[in-house]
Amino acid sequence: MTLIGWAQIALILSLVFIAAVPLGRYIAAVLAGDVRWLRPAERGFYAVAGVDPDRPMSWKPYAVGLIVLNALHFLLLYAMLRLQWYLPLNPQGITGMSPQLAFNTAMSFVTNTNWQAYAGEQALSYGSQMWGLTVHNFLSAATGIAAAGAVARAFAGSGLQSLGNVWADITRITLYVLLPLSIAAAVVLILCGVPQTLGASVEATTLEGAKQVIARGPVAFQEAIKLIGTNGGGFFNANSAHPFENPNALSDLVETWCEIIVPFALAIAFGYIVGDRRQGFALFWTMTAIMVAFIALAYAAEGAGNPLLTAAGVDPALGNLEGKEVRFGIPLSILFAVTTTVTSCGAVIAMHDSLTPLAGAVPIFMMQLGEIVPGGVGSGLYGMIVFALLAVFVAGLMVGRTPEYLGKKVQAKEVKLAMLAVLILPFCILAGTAWAINTTSGTGSLANAGPHGLSEMLYAWTSATANNGSAFAGLSADTKLLDYGLGAAMLLGRFAFMVPVLAIAGSLAAKPKLPASAGTFPTDGPLFIGLLTGVILILGGLQYLPALTLGPIVEHFAMTGGKVF
Amino acid sequence: MAILRPAIVLIVLFTVLTGFALPLAFSGAAVEVVPYRANGSLIERDGQVVGSALIGQNFSADRYFHSRPSATTDTDPNDPTKTVPAPYQASNSGGSNLGPTSKALLDRVTADVGANGPAPVPADMVTTSASGLDPDISPANAERQAARVAAARKLPEQQVRALIAAHTEGRPFGVLGEARVNVLRLNLALDAGQTH
Repeated sequence: MTLIGWAQIALILSLVFIAAVPLGRYIAAVLAGDVRWLRPAERGFYAVAGVDPDRPMSWKPYAVGLIVLNALHFLLLYAMLRLQWYLPLNPQGITGMSPQLAFNTAMSFVTNTNWQAYAGEQALSYGSQMWGLTVHNFLSAATGIAAAGAVARAFAGSGLQSLGNVWADITRITLYVLLPLSIAAAVVLILCGVPQTLGASVEATTLEGAKQVIARGPVAFQEAIKLIGTNGGGFFNANSAHPFENPNALSDLVETWCEIIVPFALAIAFGYIVGDRRQGFALFWTMTAIMVAFIALAYAAEGAGNPLLTAAGVDPALGNLEGKEVRFGIPLSILFAVTTTVTSCGAVIAMHDSLTPLAGAVPIFMMQLGEIVPGGVGSGLYGMIVFALLAVFVAGLMVGRTPEYLGKKVQAKEVKLAMLAVLILPFCILAGTAWAINTTSGTGSLANAGPHGLSEMLYAWTSATANNGSAFAGLSADTKLLDYGLGAAMLLGRFAFMVPVLAIAGSLAAKPKLPASAGTFPTDGPLFIGLLTGVILILGGLQYLPALTLGPIVEHFAMTGGKVF
Repeated sequence: MAILRPAIVLIVLFTVLTGFALPLAFSGAAVEVVPYRANGSLIERDGQVVGSALIGQNFSADRYFHSRPSATTDTDPNDPTKTVPAPYQASNSGGSNLGPTSKALLDRVTADVGANGPAPVPADMVTTSASGLDPDISPANAERQAARVAAARKLPEQQVRALIAAHTEGRPFGVLGEARVNVLRLNLALDAGQTH
């Protein structure tokens, strides 16, 4: 670790924290329907859609609305990917996707995962990238934020029957939050050098006379929402490590900022929605503390370099540069590896497969915690609220009182639903990995031998279930087993989590909001932050320790002991 | 049916707005306003595209500075189900994805250290990048190649080193990222006979 490395990390994180508070207040106002500068467009949407934006919805129609929207969008994307050969804007003449890959890709983008079992520049037309994937980047992000807004509203008052109107929420979030941020980010990225052209690939004649075909495309606009919406699906195979997606350290600053700004702002927005800013800040500081601690751990591990390479005669001054770009170096690469996995983004600027073992374990563990520090747009906030409920439940058990969170009694029904939601993650991750690694198709997909092979498979199931989308990319993921298996994990990880959480919200909303008394456990102070951190790490993380031990931790000791596979 | 209409309408409207109108407007405007950047920072020499300033290319001659090793591949012309190494294949980006305890990685690095010795060798000289298209090398890497390039071009080594210094880009704001040398630009400057 170096001083200048920490200065880079501190600079980017401070820019996020400074902007999170005003943006959070703005998002709360958008969700309340108080932001109106695009009122004519918004009204037009409602008129065509036949929607009354003020019509209240209880949790069931709200959840059904989200599911119907996403199910239809899934079918549309599946059809587009299969038929892209017949559709316009295909200057490279790219053929349709196979059924299994189209299923996996459509599921991946509809669940905000953006796992990519294909290379973008080889498998997708410009058209598919634009009206297929880019649109999904907006609507899956809006789905997450809408669900988070609905859950937050449950704590706003007594005896609430409504969680809001799903169509109004989706429309407002897209028009007032996602679009303006993406447009601004796209302009900055174009100025940094990210291409935005419909021109086909260029054939260059290199200085040595060889032919080099340079893939390009309408990259910048998709790049912006890919990060703002914590989607993470790259235009190119190498994702944000590709010089056209992320040309220099300045564009990297912008991209890292975009990736975590909305999730942190949503924690602040939560405070405004429930009518107590301090509650939002308590979640905000919990997120910050865990994220910064793991950035430090990953940076310490990667900064120590790979002793095997040093022994082979590599100068350790620049660090372990296998799978990294010179323009970013170690600190920015590590910061991005963590910010992309504490959110549900999954974009990468370095190949995680080539990280040193413990630095590679951090992204896996961050996803396994459920991506809540700060998490994906929306999904991070409602995941965090589930852990806050569990934290007050644990505190209630210790002192023998009925737990309350923000004046709402947390009872058996809510705790059961919360456990149902959080158990989906270990079930899909651990059972999926164990199943796949015991098939010949599964082991045939591995690119590395030894414990690192297990890490590759564990990473894949973790990433799919947590809707992240990054990978230990050596894994050959376009097989029947992984296309369908990981596609199912994405679906469960997204909607088998979101629906129970909305049910909790529906149940809590109807309860009276009790005034705080002397016996109320305060959920806005350092004691609660400490308890919540403990619950996240122990309840959320402990069950993965055996799997992590067999993968990255064993590999760490193999590496320091000089063993190769 | 009441629930299908808003879902379908929102998908259609947002597809038109975020999938057609905005990307097309952005493409049209960007190519007009900042054509060099919007088109991929392409560099022309004598009216011919010789590459992109952002995309590395493969150099093997002694008279040029060499880029980092690249792990990109291409389809095997003899067997479409297989791939063959194709460094700096700029329409199939990607890294080696070799793990830190991979024997294949250690063997490759050991061989490259031998070819570029004496040890210790700058790390970027013997490691592949994440994209396989890294346009840059570290200043230390460039310095180490200076003598070879100078000899091949029959130039004073001092002159080549001055050219490296002139092409070294510092960190943005003095803080972010790493110092770097763009290989294609440096080699173009050599060909053009620039001295600084």
